[in-house]
Amino acid sequence: MSETRPLRSVLATDCGSTTTKAILIELVDGEYRQTWRGEAPTTVEAPFEDVTRGVLNAAQEVQELSGRKLVHDDGSGIITPESDPQTGVDAYISTSSAGGGLQVVVGGVVRSMSAESAMRAALGAGAIVMDTFATNDTRRPHEQIERIRQLRPDMILLSGGIDGGTRKHVVSMAERIRAARPRTRLGGAYNLPIIYAGNNEVHEDIRRLLSDIAALTITDNVRPVMERENLDPARDKIHDLFMEHVMAQAPGYPRLMEWTDAPIMPTPGAVGLIMQTIARQRGINVLGVDIGGATTDVFSVFDGHFNRTVSANLGMSYSVSNVLAEAGLPMILRWVPFDIDEKQLRNRIGNKMIRPTTIPETLEELKVEQAIAREALRLAFIQHRSFAVGLKGVQKQRTIADAFRQTGDDSLVQMMQLDLLVGSGGVLSHAPRRAQSMRMMIDAFAPEGVTELAVDSIFMMPHLGVLSTVNEDAATQVFERDCMVYLGTCVAAVGTAVPGKPVLRVQLELPDGGPVDETLSAGELRAWALADGAHAKATLTPLQNGLDVGAGPGKALQTELRGGRVGVVVDTRGRPILVPEDQAQRVPLLKQWVDHLDEYPEVQ
Amino acid sequence: MAIFTPGLKVTAHTVLVKDRRLPLEGEVLVSVGQDVRSGDIVARTDLPGKIYPVNVANQLGVDPGRLSAAMTKAVGDTVAQGDQIAKTDGIFGLFGSEAFAPVGGTIESISNITGQVIFQASPIPVEIDAYINGKVVEVLADEGCVVQAPAMLVQGIFGLGGEVQAELAMAVSQPTEVLDAAAITEAHRGKILIGGSYVTIAGIQKAVAVGAVGIVTGGFDYDEIKELLGYEVGVAITGGEDLGLTLIVTEGFGEIQMAPATFALLEARVGRQASINGATQIRAGVIRPEVVVTLDDRKAPDQKVQAGDPKGLAIGDAVRGIRAPWFGRLGQVSGLPVDPVILGSGSKARVMEVTFEDGTTALLPRSNVEVIEG
Repeated sequence: MSETRPLRSVLATDCGSTTTKAILIELVDGEYRQTWRGEAPTTVEAPFEDVTRGVLNAAQEVQELSGRKLVHDDGSGIITPESDPQTGVDAYISTSSAGGGLQVVVGGVVRSMSAESAMRAALGAGAIVMDTFATNDTRRPHEQIERIRQLRPDMILLSGGIDGGTRKHVVSMAERIRAARPRTRLGGAYNLPIIYAGNNEVHEDIRRLLSDIAALTITDNVRPVMERENLDPARDKIHDLFMEHVMAQAPGYPRLMEWTDAPIMPTPGAVGLIMQTIARQRGINVLGVDIGGATTDVFSVFDGHFNRTVSANLGMSYSVSNVLAEAGLPMILRWVPFDIDEKQLRNRIGNKMIRPTTIPETLEELKVEQAIAREALRLAFIQHRSFAVGLKGVQKQRTIADAFRQTGDDSLVQMMQLDLLVGSGGVLSHAPRRAQSMRMMIDAFAPEGVTELAVDSIFMMPHLGVLSTVNEDAATQVFERDCMVYLGTCVAAVGTAVPGKPVLRVQLELPDGGPVDETLSAGELRAWALADGAHAKATLTPLQNGLDVGAGPGKALQTELRGGRVGVVVDTRGRPILVPEDQAQRVPLLKQWVDHLDEYPEVQ
Repeated sequence: MAIFTPGLKVTAHTVLVKDRRLPLEGEVLVSVGQDVRSGDIVARTDLPGKIYPVNVANQLGVDPGRLSAAMTKAVGDTVAQGDQIAKTDGIFGLFGSEAFAPVGGTIESISNITGQVIFQASPIPVEIDAYINGKVVEVLADEGCVVQAPAMLVQGIFGLGGEVQAELAMAVSQPTEVLDAAAITEAHRGKILIGGSYVTIAGIQKAVAVGAVGIVTGGFDYDEIKELLGYEVGVAITGGEDLGLTLIVTEGFGEIQMAPATFALLEARVGRQASINGATQIRAGVIRPEVVVTLDDRKAPDQKVQAGDPKGLAIGDAVRGIRAPWFGRLGQVSGLPVDPVILGSGSKARVMEVTFEDGTTALLPRSNVEVIEG
């Protein structure tokens, strides 16, 4: 890649568990745009066992569609740099989550302190945390050792103690790891990488205990003092080791690593990066979700604090039965706008688990799938909110205001402060109507006040995350212009409403629909079309003192609302959203909401 | 991109290649070219015993730094349960204390920082058998071997329980028949039962009670897994369940007739010894539950047979619908339109035309069809 001339073209691939997706980004009239895309089955597993075959197939598809020659004739790689507008690209970059992604075991002294900081570092790097161990674990030491033995992670991240703090407890955790003699997932002749990022005064003990049983790397403490985390060094080491050890063992990856112009990143790590970039550039709070077949990732950036969680067993296909198990059938049924036999529904969900690649053919099947998605998203979000909190163990000065706070909720993720909610993953990005995606996200996340909603058009965020490490401008331009599909804005009043009385007056100046002045009662969901790119001036007036749309209880909010494929949706259903348990009441109410948003086509 | 679900194999004759691996490195007991029977042990190893950390310094009431001096046993020593491992003299011979081994095994480590002594219990021997009658075509150094044999193979979609070898026995007469407790008798002790469209929970319980070792069925209710196991299976990774027998579901959850070809293959081998395994993994590295009957009268190839590339989809292929409203319906591919079609759900997808067994045709999304591989 040339250092001196501007980047003119980039090919980016994301090697997922089942599909390898390639996109071409080109400089068109001075702007970076995503122009072509292609995909092919991932080829990490037998019978191919070489990830580059899938990469070349996906690139070949882009080549055929775009007319730009991207692949060397002998299949020896991607042509870089661009020699003319029809040949090669200036940079080739890739992310990977194939083979189950990066799987890490985390250890620390206190579960809610050093172990939690280590977990945050691992998750932020894009890892799936298989298990977390601490000296105050509910499991007894021999049970922990047995468990470490059974797990076959890609690496272990051990933290514990502030610098100059406890030695005994950190050494005790290292002794447990040594006793377990953990083994690597991919097997082979290489030693399991262990990263130590704890008390800096026990390095010698750690070396003595772990250097002969593992590939030990020592880095800065993730929690050098109680009041501060220092996650970047551990996160960088995870990325380095991911490349050096894990990827180097995976079929075809050594060759892929030679082709790329930037280090291959774990897919969720790259998504986290683009979220942080956007939040920083626009100065906003962002919440993102990627719902996959097996797992659901949630990302948040609030006041600059980045958090990522992975709900490893909440997904729409492989893990769909687990959504049923965790949420319970009644919670799923409350979103289904028709009568359905419970046993039949359980069997349908079981059959989706064992035939994960199937798609809903009928409208009824689609509605059931979207009902399950709401619960998967809701549960993943609950997990995220409880993890995305300030540092524990820090002495805080409480003010009078704290003493009167009613929620007792110390999550960094406060929905009233959220500016943008981004959804990604098949069930959201590929829903037949955008109103369906918007409804699913509103029902699952229950945004408060004024919140913009968008979906990732073709799951391009991983590509853009790694691109941001090469050229941040290119990444953010493509993110805004081609990646995001803006759905519109949700306005939700929160607080306690007196039943039977009007709750919200909505005044809108729509560019092409004239003025709107309507009064809404509790329990309504209404929508007004407002095109993508258009804005509407709005005055939102709570009609009861206890209600808040963002300006404070009972206060009117004057603002500008952004349009999108759906428009402006006003939600007066309250928070949490309560749906009647009785089917006879529930089904007509759900149908009413569905109709107002024109979510589904009329059934003939 | 070819969008269809790779199918389940249902075949009267294939060359089956089975990896037989130890969970840890160990000793391989067979050599290449050797004929083996399903129950023959092909490899063995000793799994390390459980680890027991004990804070001996605390037990003795000494500082961890003085633990080494108090130990009467050293790292690497073998101890029996209850053996003295450390003692202190106390003051003037009084108030001395002792510590004892909690298990038999060896002393792994003694820590002067934490005061912990780590014991490793005696190793646990593990053996693996050949699983099928066949020929050893490859030895996996220190890990196991590859056994190959000509065999009938029926792959299921979901299973519970592990490997079992026993005789096949019919428990229904039609693939559409439900297998209930009344059909199961003492004569089924030690047998693998062939069911039809569905097995009731009472049927499974009766089979366990009479000592049957396996059931092969078309369908089964998803919510009855919890009743059987006491917990839900949220992710389809199975094989280690202990429900008293091995269950193999060939079609899916619900009442669905077993594919007639599958039923006929199994029925024709009643009385023969079969090897079955309920282990299922739907995610990456797919593992299907299976019923295997080796064809012992046929000669096994001497060389290891390599798996071919998956084949594409073609007109005439036997297929099964795997999603409502066509779930469980069997037919043949009669058309492969190129252009995507808008489905009833509003989604756009590539489809195929399927002619069902009753002669009717329908367009099905390609991803909602499974090829029945012969």
